[in-house]
Order: sequence, then C-alpha cells, then structure tokens
Amino acid sequence: MSARVLVGVKRVIDYAVKIRVKPDHTGVVTDGVKHSMNPFCEIAVEEAVRLKEKKLVKEIVAVSCGPQQVQETIRTALAMGADRGIHVEVSGKDYETLGPLQVSKIMAALAKKEEADLIILGKQAIDDDCNQTGQMTAALLDWPQGTFASELTLEGGKLKVVREVDGGLETIMINMPAVVTADLRLNTPRYATLPNIMKAKKKKIANVKPADLGVDVTSRLEVLNVDEPAQRLAGVKVETVEDLVGKLKESGRI
Amino acid sequence: MALRAKVLRLSLAVNRNLPKTVFCNKRYFSEKSSSNPKASVSTENIDHVLYTEEHFALKSSLRKIIDQEINPYVDQWEEEGQFPAHKIFKILGSAGFLGVNKPVEYGGLGLDFSYSVAVAEELGNINCGGIPMAIGVQSDMATPALARFGSAELKREFLLPSVMGDIVACLGVSETGAGSDVASIKTKAVRKGDEFVINGGKMWTTNGTQADWMCLLANTSDDPSHKNKSLICLPMDLPGIQIARKIGKMGMWSSDTAEVFFDDVRVPCKNVIGQEGMGFTYQMLQFQEERLWGVANILTMMEKVVQETINYTRQRKIFKQPVLNHQVVHFRLAELQTEIELLRSLLHRATALYIKGNDVTKLASMAKLKAGRLARGVGDSCLQYWGGMGFTSGVLVSRFYRDSRLMSIGAGADEVMLSIICKYMDTLPRK
Repeated sequence: MSARVLVGVKRVIDYAVKIRVKPDHTGVVTDGVKHSMNPFCEIAVEEAVRLKEKKLVKEIVAVSCGPQQVQETIRTALAMGADRGIHVEVSGKDYETLGPLQVSKIMAALAKKEEADLIILGKQAIDDDCNQTGQMTAALLDWPQGTFASELTLEGGKLKVVREVDGGLETIMINMPAVVTADLRLNTPRYATLPNIMKAKKKKIANVKPADLGVDVTSRLEVLNVDEPAQRLAGVKVETVEDLVGKLKESGRI
Repeated sequence: MALRAKVLRLSLAVNRNLPKTVFCNKRYFSEKSSSNPKASVSTENIDHVLYTEEHFALKSSLRKIIDQEINPYVDQWEEEGQFPAHKIFKILGSAGFLGVNKPVEYGGLGLDFSYSVAVAEELGNINCGGIPMAIGVQSDMATPALARFGSAELKREFLLPSVMGDIVACLGVSETGAGSDVASIKTKAVRKGDEFVINGGKMWTTNGTQADWMCLLANTSDDPSHKNKSLICLPMDLPGIQIARKIGKMGMWSSDTAEVFFDDVRVPCKNVIGQEGMGFTYQMLQFQEERLWGVANILTMMEKVVQETINYTRQRKIFKQPVLNHQVVHFRLAELQTEIELLRSLLHRATALYIKGNDVTKLASMAKLKAGRLARGVGDSCLQYWGGMGFTSGVLVSRFYRDSRLMSIGAGADEVMLSIICKYMDTLPRK
C-alpha cells in the first residue's frame, strides 16, 4: 500500500510536573519547566509505526506547530519510527493563542499538500483538554472521522475503527482518506531505542510557515483569566443516616 | 506496564467529563506560586559543554524505562535481596543501552564514552544504588577489555549476547585475601594441553548468583606479579564452580553479591582475552571508565537526595516554621549543591578529555575520591535534617546513606585513589 500518514504531535508540559499559575493570571508558568510529547500523541505515533510495520502504510510524516523547541518533539517521533518531520513555525503571541481551529486549518492544508491518506492525532492534549483538533480537521477536509479509537484495522481499503464511547464500544467502518484520533487503550507506545535515536538525527525536518499554507493563525478567543481550582474544603463526617439527611436539608440541598 | 504510570494514564482518560476550570485540572497545584520556577530537569535547548540533543534524547528514553520497568519494583526487590537481572538487562539491551560505546559489529552503538556517561547519569534516577551498580558491571566493567582486546570468536560468544542483554556478566577480580592489592590475587589458571585448570576463588562478585559468565582475572604463569595475569571469559555453569554464598550487606540490597570458589575448573585456552600475561594491564585500563561511570551515577543520586530533603524540610515544621527556613539547613544544602556542581564539572572535563584520546587517570581518580567522600557528606547531612523520619526504612535518604557508603570502598578505595594521585604529584617516598 502506498498510503502516507500525517501524525500531529504536540509539545506540552510533562504530565508529572506540578503546574503553577503565573502571578499575572494570564496563563501557567512554562519557562524552565519540563516539556514532553503529549501522551495521546505518543499513542498516535505508535499506531502509525505499527501500520508501517504491517506494510499497510508507506510513509509517516510527523507534524508539530510551535517555536524552535517543538523540533525536539518531532525528533522523538522520528526516533519512534516516523520517516520525516514538518515543523510549522509559530512563535510569540501567535503561539500563546494557538488553538484547535488554527491547528486544524494547518493540518488540513498540509494533508492536501502532502497528499495524505490518513491523519492520526491524539484525542486531546493534556494542557488544554480541548478534544477538538481531530474533529475540526476532518470537517475542514470533509473527510470521515474515527475519534476515541481503541482499535484500528484496515479492511479492504476501508478503516474499521472501534471507538470508546460513554455507553461502551462502538465499531464503525469509514472510507479513506480519514482522520483518526487515538484514545488511551489503542496501544502502548514503544521506548525510543538508542539506535533509532541516533538514526533520527539523519531524518529530515522541513520548516514551513502558516502563511505559506495560506493559514491565518490569529485567534478568535481571548483568555481573560487563569486561576487555580478552588481549594477543596474538608468534609464533615456524620454518625447516622438521619444526621446526613438532616445536614442536607439544613444546607438546602434537598 | 507500571502501576503508577497506568494510574496517571487512566486519570488522563477520565479527564473528558470534568466541567469548569480553564486549564488542566488533573495535575497537582502547589499552594502558592513562588517567584522562580522550580528547576525540574529541563532539557530545553540549553548550552551544554558535553551533551548534544542526542544525549538528551537518550536520557529521556532511558528515564521512561526506569520510571515504568524499574522504579515501581525497587522497594520489593530491595526486600527480596535480588532484582531480576536477566529481565531488566534484556529490556535495556533491546533498547540499546548496554552497548553504548561497544563496537557496532557486536550489537553496540559505537558511540564515544560521553554517551556512556549520559547513561550512567540517568541511571542515577533509580531509587537505589544496587541496580545501577549491577547494570554498570554489565555495560562498563566486565566488558571493556573484551571489547577492545578480545578475539572475534570470544566477542561473538560473550560480548554480543551481553550487549543485547541475553546473558548476565560479572567481574571476578577481588578475592578474600586481595582487594586493593590486585597484584596479590591467588587464583591460578594452570595450562594443561589446550585448557586452563583454575583453582581459587573470588569475592564481592556483583551479579554473581545470576551471572552466565565471568570476566576472570587469574595468574597464568610464574612471572612477576604485574606480568603474569590474564583475563579469561569463564562460563559460570562449568563443573567445579561453586557459588558459595550470597553475601548479606549493609546496603545495595537489591544487588546479589556472591562469594565464588573454583575447584579444578577447566576452560579452553582460547577464552583468554587478548594476550596472556597482559591481564593486569588490561584491568588497569578498564578502571578509568569504571571510575568515571561511578561518579556520573552517584552525582544524580546526590542531587536527588538534596532535592528530596528540600521538599521534606519545606513542609515539615519545627518551632512553628518549616525546617528549611532555619539558616543552617538551607545554607548547608547550598554548600552540598555547590560541591555537587564542582564534581560534575570535573566529571565532564575528564570525559571530554578522555573521548579525545587523553589519559585521564589522575582526574578520574580525583573524581572518584571526591565522589565517595561527598556522598558520605550528603548522606550524613541530609539524614540529619530528615530527623526521625530519616532513620526509618521507608525513605530514600536512609537507603542512600547505606548504599552510597560503598563508593569510598569499592572499585578502588579512597586510599588507592590517593596513592594514584600522589604518584602523579610525585610525592610518594622515593626509592
């Protein structure tokens, strides 16, 4: 099969880091804080690499939008098995306000330019939890979408996607080209082995600007304020069920 | 997959249905935002005298393996007095971390020693000293001479599977009667036809109870003691080899240390590494790398202990204030951190010179000397600030206190390091 897969990878604050809100409440502290690839993006890359190992896909292109540092994230994808990378340069204020709408416009433009047959993304990023980019990209391209995928198989030129939904698992068949977003149980990402880390050095990363793709990255949203969640107050223990009902009535809950 | 990582990942999945807050609500918020960001290990395009992007990518990948396959089980393995060497070495070997500076033809990556140092530093993130020590034996103590001087046949039989993590190696040098005085070892290998017959024994053998082969230093002739020894690749399942006992130790509990006896053990003469009689010299050459490796490893551990002490003393209160607020505490920790940085500079300088082909015996010996002594200082001071909690078995600082004491003794005692330095300073008594 000669399919080309586009995989989006996002550089986010590492999941294990203690997040702190900036003193001016405009966002969270990112300077000097450890960043890594979004865990759901890792799962997306792993799925693409497995498809390539099964010879169902010919080339994997890893894409990331952001400043110079996102090249690290692309290199991680290359070390896991992606063939080449595309760094879409967005920095400064544009980067701070970059959101799903802008990224999906970029992904759609790249999908057309690279003649991609499949786009795999993480279902959401762990910093903004938007869960929108995959869906918006599919809509802009007018492609079918298989979101929250926990299983992905190619069957006779179509994609069978098992989706994790509130009621359980839903299986759908969609045509290619399509957009798939990876959920937690799709796979367990491999460790980037040292030989592959060294090989990744030689793989190419192309630089591109949003304007080159005809995309305007101005945001239509303005963040007014960022606050920590309210401190959880201690609970109260009661002795009997009657006490519990009494307290609930007292506070007007029932 | 490790339970902790699984929990974290599952918590990410639950995220979906939670309302309100603008930004990530599944992470842990600190009580107040302090003025400067805490320096978690940042790899953001910083200038580094020794490391490149690849070194950092290597560290990051190795860290994942440690977090998922090793750290969740350390407490259990420390209790059991052993860790599953074959299992862990296979995981590391498959990812390429056991043969970083070994030849490509034998499964290695053919990279320079700075990459080995990066691996050693990252392994310091393991929550005990025993497992990194065991890994170090496998990757940088039992194999360097074999990689440099061994025959192709020997390398195929012993080096390749060791690098791939399929077999476990150990190093047989020290004996009950000879530690610092390597030249006075008694184990003898007598030539009989095309075999050596070995009698004697070895002590302090890390990985000894699990090893498939030993890099053995033995006397192979009656020549003067610096010229009569050879390194031999010894399979550990040969008749006559007896693992006498697993030694109970003050620290490094998860590393099995054995006493081994040889009773007329027969091994082919072709199992000698390189030239017969050159064993002592080869062993000395191995030491430079072994010592720098040990320094790199303990540096990360010392920093971790200092950081954990800061975290603990920040929240622990005495006389209505955090322990950390008392000047003696934060000043002492600053002193320790200063010395850690100094040692790191020495390590990186020695490594940079070494990969250019220089002999760094003096600097490596100085670094090892300092590392052992500093680790004792860090352990002692930090333990003090942990108070009663520091004395309990559930905390990292007490394990570090026990484990790190070995640094001044093993792989060349402090006194041996001092002798080497004095030799270079030309201050030893003249004949």
